[in-house]
Amino acid sequence: MLKNVLNFFLIIAFSFASPITAKGTIAPDSKTENKKTNIKEYILHHLKDSHDFNLLSYTNESGKKTYVGFPLPVILWDNGLKIFSSSKLDHGKAIASVENNYYRLYHDKIYKTDVEGTIEYDKENHPTNLSPLDLSITKGVASILFTSIIMFFLFKSLADSYKKNNLIANGMGRFFEPIVLYVRDEIAIPNIGKKYYKKYMSYLLTLFFFIWFLNILGLTPLGINVTGNIAVTFCLALITFIITNITAKKTYWKHIFWMPGVPLPMKIALAPIELLGVIIKPFALMIRLYANISAGHIVLMSLISLIFIFRNWIGSSLSFILAFSISIIEILVAVLQAYIFTVLSALYFGFAVEEHEHE
Amino acid sequence: MDKLINEFSFGLFFWQLLIFIGLVFLLKKFAWKPILDSVNERENSIKEALYSADKARQEMEALNEDNKKIIMEARAERESLIKDAKITGSKIVEDAKNEAKVVAEKLISQAQESINSEKKAAIEDLKAQVADVSIKIAEKILRSELKHNDKQSELIDDLIKDSKL
Amino acid sequence: MEIPAIVGAGLVVIGVGIGIGNIGKGAMEAIGRQPDATGKIQTVMLIAAALVEGIGFAALFAV
Repeated sequence: MLKNVLNFFLIIAFSFASPITAKGTIAPDSKTENKKTNIKEYILHHLKDSHDFNLLSYTNESGKKTYVGFPLPVILWDNGLKIFSSSKLDHGKAIASVENNYYRLYHDKIYKTDVEGTIEYDKENHPTNLSPLDLSITKGVASILFTSIIMFFLFKSLADSYKKNNLIANGMGRFFEPIVLYVRDEIAIPNIGKKYYKKYMSYLLTLFFFIWFLNILGLTPLGINVTGNIAVTFCLALITFIITNITAKKTYWKHIFWMPGVPLPMKIALAPIELLGVIIKPFALMIRLYANISAGHIVLMSLISLIFIFRNWIGSSLSFILAFSISIIEILVAVLQAYIFTVLSALYFGFAVEEHEHE
Repeated sequence: MDKLINEFSFGLFFWQLLIFIGLVFLLKKFAWKPILDSVNERENSIKEALYSADKARQEMEALNEDNKKIIMEARAERESLIKDAKITGSKIVEDAKNEAKVVAEKLISQAQESINSEKKAAIEDLKAQVADVSIKIAEKILRSELKHNDKQSELIDDLIKDSKL
Repeated sequence: MEIPAIVGAGLVVIGVGIGIGNIGKGAMEAIGRQPDATGKIQTVMLIAAALVEGIGFAALFAV
């Protein structure tokens, strides 16, 4: 699907670009076509997690591609823990040998190979080599770790500033304290209720700031895309799902399996629908965050790459203006998606602990 | 859908789960609990301060009211006291007057009584004396008159005349 | 001739767009009528919009 969205944007780009660059000839020349695939690959590559923290890459005069960035540790479980630096893989160009095992990076995935690094394919051109359990500290994991550390020290300092300053926050805390209170007063209490909100507060606050910070981090030129990663959003949605079902009261389950106050045939009809809803709700959470952030990154990167396709001042300045305004919208989306994820989580918790008076 | 499953990276999921749950618990212990507790404490103290200020104001008002009441009461009391004093004063005067009157009357009547009795006694005395004197005079007269026999018979004649048997 | 999946995706996007547009319209009218309840209306609006969007995404990713 995302590929299709990408195609759509590139088609638009070329429908603008071709008359200008090719001076009226509609057929795109091979150079532009090549550039188009390059950009597409670059964007798709950016959306994925990678094994090293790559800031930028360029091709020097002798045609050698140089990467600027730093390697991250690769951790594999392949009959024992194998830990080595990602510089050994060299962006898929080298074969890492660890204790007589050989690994190679192919399409952002590590495969076990022989000494020459041959990769065998099946009929559909998928590699058939064994892929070991990959627990590497990838770019995404490093970003998560970084954000977590920042969050920990930020909010610990806020907590400490209360003690030092006679219950008044200072410094950065002045900015974050109203947001913490907003999460409590506008998200947790109205959706969960005064009686039960306290036990969900830690999760909701962590969730909100975690998503928000990672969304913002994704907008920096570091090229990080964490919340636009299905594994991350799946994890968050899974935790919401588990908390909802663990803390659910009896009435919650009763409303799912045997809806009170409706006729019997309706009860039987509603049960599977409600049960499906239990799974669809967190699924929608997962997809929403993933799709919003991915789509934002695709749009933004496509607009920026238009500069390199147009290669003239009208188109480039136009795409700059577009990219700039989309960036501002993305900042809004970053906080909005964090807010919506948190509100909906709180809403689901509220459903789980709701007490119905009409029985 | 296939793309999503294809894109799913177990390593990222594993680390995310581990770090996120760890972060929730760490932040709960070191940040959220102290922050929310402090905020609660602060809100409570503000609420309490407001409440106590309100209470103090109410007390103040009540006190003012009381003061006014006390002043009013004092004033009323003073007025009633003055009134009472006036009444008692006039009453005392009246009483004194009356008593004096009564005493005076009594004195007068006593005086009159004694005057009367004195007068009576004096009259009685006078009467007695007059009688005595007259008897003596009469005796003397009689003695002198009755020295002569004819005179004695004249008297007897008179007396017989008078007696009119 | 087979209709490509992206056409379906486009239809879904149109539907979701109309839906979210209606939600926004409703919210604005409600705010206009009762400016005091702006905060509450905004929250409900965002939740409703998010739910519609969720359906849209679910359909898109099924493509």
